[in-house]
Amino acid sequence: MKKSFFKNIFIALVFTFLYLPIIILVIYSFNASKMNVLFTTFTFSWYKTLFYNKDLLEAFFNTLIIAATSTIISTIIGTLSAVGLNKYNFFGKSLILKLIYIPIVIPEIVLGISLLSIYTLTKLELGMFTLILSHIAFSIPFVIVSVRTTISKELNSIEEAAKDLGASPLKTFMLITLPIIKPGVVSGATLALTLSLDDVVISYFTAGPGSNTLPLKIYSMIKTGITPDVNALSTLLLLATIIILTVSTITQSRKVVTK
Amino acid sequence: MEPIVKLENVSKCFEKDKYVVKDINLEVKEGEFLTLLGSSGCGKTTILRMISGLEHVSVGKVYIDGVDVTELDPTKREVNTIFQNFALFPHMTVYDNIAFGLKMKHVSKDEIDKRVKKIIKLVELEGLENRLPSEISGGQQQRVAIARGIIMNPKVLLLDESLCSLDLKLKRQMQIELKKIQKRLGITFIYVTHDQDEALTMSDRIVILNHGIIEQDDTPQNIYRYPKTVFVADFIGESNIWPGIISNINKEIIGVKISDNIEFAVSKKDLDKVGDKINILIRPENIKVSSNTLKNSIEGTVKDIIYDGAISKLFIEVIDNKIFKVNTHGIVNFKENDKVFIQIEDDDIIPIRGKKHEEK
Repeated sequence: MKKSFFKNIFIALVFTFLYLPIIILVIYSFNASKMNVLFTTFTFSWYKTLFYNKDLLEAFFNTLIIAATSTIISTIIGTLSAVGLNKYNFFGKSLILKLIYIPIVIPEIVLGISLLSIYTLTKLELGMFTLILSHIAFSIPFVIVSVRTTISKELNSIEEAAKDLGASPLKTFMLITLPIIKPGVVSGATLALTLSLDDVVISYFTAGPGSNTLPLKIYSMIKTGITPDVNALSTLLLLATIIILTVSTITQSRKVVTK
Repeated sequence: MEPIVKLENVSKCFEKDKYVVKDINLEVKEGEFLTLLGSSGCGKTTILRMISGLEHVSVGKVYIDGVDVTELDPTKREVNTIFQNFALFPHMTVYDNIAFGLKMKHVSKDEIDKRVKKIIKLVELEGLENRLPSEISGGQQQRVAIARGIIMNPKVLLLDESLCSLDLKLKRQMQIELKKIQKRLGITFIYVTHDQDEALTMSDRIVILNHGIIEQDDTPQNIYRYPKTVFVADFIGESNIWPGIISNINKEIIGVKISDNIEFAVSKKDLDKVGDKINILIRPENIKVSSNTLKNSIEGTVKDIIYDGAISKLFIEVIDNKIFKVNTHGIVNFKENDKVFIQIEDDDIIPIRGKKHEEK
């Protein structure tokens, strides 16, 4: 009894710590008062103002374009790299396998600065293109690592079995390899998408005039203090994330059931 | 008759001058169950992969049904492989796994359906068509793997340690089943294993490999009874092997001394001469033990007894500190340090002459 009592208290504390700030944010997004201190009356007006904010909408669409493009490209490159790294042996392979982790572990700010200096050196004009390029760059290692978790030792002999039964390399990849590593590809793509959607640091260095992203926009908005419209925007982002998460969970679990 | 598979001076090296397979010549007859037997790293799997085309041949030529396939892509060879861990496609049902090869050949749907159903009946997998490989037992997976290969009507089926991952009881059962399937279909099987029991049970012919070369190529009976090299004698079954020297030659009989006081008599071969080194092999089950003296028996002391279910293993020390391993059926009445006599029939004393001797 006593044991389970403390266990429940502990769980409650952890969840409160994790979710209370989010709940408060959601509540204040419906607050009529401009101050985040007192809740006066319930209103949707902050949400309404969001849709009339041109800058914000532009930033939102920029974010969508960048996230979609960088996710698709980094997923393709990352998946092919992971499959290639499994299939072929070459000089320096183990070094490359370790180098993959470097972009994941180094501070984002370092990556941001180094990308910026590359763009300056090559005289690339900062804007949507450099943003997409940067997002592809930091997403690829995550995709590779994610896909590699679904590649087992048996994959090589399974691919050989397909070859043995007369399947061309392309057919082997499409009919055998890809379906087997699909969970890794999907989770890699989801990672790339969410990383791109909420990236601030790297985007801060690589964005140019006219290529503001939503997280950058929010960041600039709170410089003058947290206003209720930021709360409303964050709540919408939260909602979007929950929807993506729910959809991916449902599709994944359905697969398990049919298996 | 033309051999179905022929290897001509085939060598394979992965690194320069490091041969995994060295100058192999091998002919496999149609309908034969041939086993390539050897410990890991002896090159047996490499030979199999060179026949299937999954491994490139460094030197030499591979023929299938009289056609040189050395440079032919594996997708175009009329052989199929059953892999070590079956390598079933985990995301496809049993039916789709078996149908995969025919789909790649663009066989019509009706034809595929007819042939898959026939094969499924043959390997007794009815009712499991819509299961995934992860939902069936190891023995059933094995049968799916076989079905997936034989549906292609290959000229040769290559099996790479295909029973290795099964537990002992299932393994025995599958050995018999595999042999049955092979007989029913009349397809040539080339089977790779490191398990000598498996090789002896299933094969029509065994090729024993050691460090990339063939040690012996013969029927299971001859391999066991008359091994040509010490390696083979030691690898197959249990054995007492003594290095000896020809001490005298008397018409058709030669005397081989294995120690100062022990000499065995074996029949003579043309090139034998006094002073030649010859190894003597005596299988432990061919030695009789008794507490009384027998004809031509050697006196010894029981040093150790190991009980092993169907047999008991005795270690008997005789003159010159030579220890004989002896296997007897059932429980023995001897104790350690008992005085015993061992007797060996002339036929059971097998001389193993060097390899050079064989070639001449």
